[in-house]
Parts: sequence; C-alpha cells; structure tokens
Amino acid sequence: MSATRDKVSLDAEFTELYRTHLRDVYSYAYYRIGNHHDAEDITEQTFLQAYRHFERAQREAHGRPLRPWLIRIAHNLAANYYRDRSRKPQTNLEDAGVLPAFHDTADLVEGREEVQHVLAGVAKLPEDRRDALIMRFALDMDNREIARALGRTDGATKVLIHRAIKQLEEELGNE
Amino acid sequence: MSEARFDVEALLRTALTPVEPPETLSDRLERNLTELTDMAAEELAEWELSAMRDPRNWARPVAAATVIGVAGGALVVVRARQRSKKKQVTGLRALEQGLQDVVDRVGKTLDR
Repeated sequence: MSATRDKVSLDAEFTELYRTHLRDVYSYAYYRIGNHHDAEDITEQTFLQAYRHFERAQREAHGRPLRPWLIRIAHNLAANYYRDRSRKPQTNLEDAGVLPAFHDTADLVEGREEVQHVLAGVAKLPEDRRDALIMRFALDMDNREIARALGRTDGATKVLIHRAIKQLEEELGNE
Repeated sequence: MSEARFDVEALLRTALTPVEPPETLSDRLERNLTELTDMAAEELAEWELSAMRDPRNWARPVAAATVIGVAGGALVVVRARQRSKKKQVTGLRALEQGLQDVVDRVGKTLDR
C-alpha cells in the first residue's frame, strides 16, 4: 500500500516538473537542433527518459533543482541526434547543426536581420559554447545550473561563457 | 566588460527568446506520460499481488508464519503439558481414591 502511495506522490511531483520545465526543454531542443519537428521528438524523449529515472534523480539531487538534470538529458539526446545524422547523411542534413534561420515569434519581427546575424554567429560556435549560450540566454540558467547540466565546474563554466561571448563578438564584429 | 560585449548580450537575449512548445506536443506528451504512469501503477498493483507467488518474496511472510507457528506450537506444548499435568493429577487422585477404597474395604472386613 505504501509503495502505491509513494508512486502517486512521485507522479504528482513529476507532473509539476514537467509543467514547469516543458518550455525550457523545448526551447533548448529547438535552438540546439534547429527545427520544430526534431525539437518535439527530443522534448518528448527527454521527459519519457526523465520519468524512468525520476525517483533516483530526486534522491541524488538532495533538494537541488532538477532543471539542469532535465537539460542534460536533452543535451545527450541532441548529441545522439547529431551522431545519427552523421551516420545517415541522406536525412535532412541541412537542419543538423544549423540554428533556425527564421523566428516565427511575433516579437522578433523587428530587427530580424540583426537576430539572424546573431543566430548564424551562435551556430558557428563550438558545440559546448553554443550550448552554454542557449542555456544562459534562452533558459536564463545561472552558471551553477549550466555547470551541472554540462558536467563542468562552476569556474570552467564561467570561462566557457566568457569565451563564447567573446568569440561571438569577434565574429559579429568581422561581418 | 566592454560596451560591445554588452551589446552582444542584449542581442543574444533578443535572438534566443524562449520558444513555446506547440499544443500538439503538450497533448501528445501528456497522453504518453499518462499511459506510462497508468502502466506503471498497474504493474505495481500486479506486482503486489503476484509478489506472494514468487518464493523470493516469501522471506518476510515465512518469518512471520514461523513466529506465529512457533508461538502457536509453544501454546500447543504449554496446553499439552497442562493437560499432562491434569492427567497426572487425575491419576494420583484416582490412585488416592483407589487406596482409600481399599482401606475402607479392609476396615469394613475387619469390622465384620
């Protein structure tokens, strides 16, 4: 009986996690992969995997937020996505590794050209730098959260973000 | 932090705005998760029922049964001993009664 009760409360907590972070996971997947279709798949897989390991993750988090753990799952799935695409070059290679060329959100109509320049610049960054910028600016994660999601130290993450911004700045300055 | 870098950060904030997931994704995901949780709940309920059929899950019930069995056995032994004592008492009383009968009969015979 107590196992059933635990299961009910665990499911309720997972539902809360899902509701709170669905947009984060989707945003990360979208900017990471570059198209809505695959971003949907990665988001779905992320939550299904998260559900399977939720109890252990909760136990090991010791009360810390689980968002970095969720994003890490999405990060690993995205890495697999690229690996699979490189094995199968016939399927939508133009999408892989390229951030979306167009934003269809209404608030980005103005300054579209500038935004496209920035997104193109972000797309040229090495994977870890690009990831860090997406987490910082699209998900508003702090250094500690990004560090946990990327499996790095806080210090290394701070340096990573600094270098990513610097590199982007140079690339945009050269255009 | 340079002026240019601040500009880049502002541009990044504008370019990397959070993206709302499509409703179709939310619906599909919620349906899949519900199915998954229902399945897991059913599995758990089935496990709770079937657990008793698996000898590996018998340790605790067997221990409980052993305790009950030992306690019951001990009770049986205590009762048997009590019955035995009763029987012994009854036997002595019978012997005592028998002896008394013999004494009475001898006395009656002598009186005659």
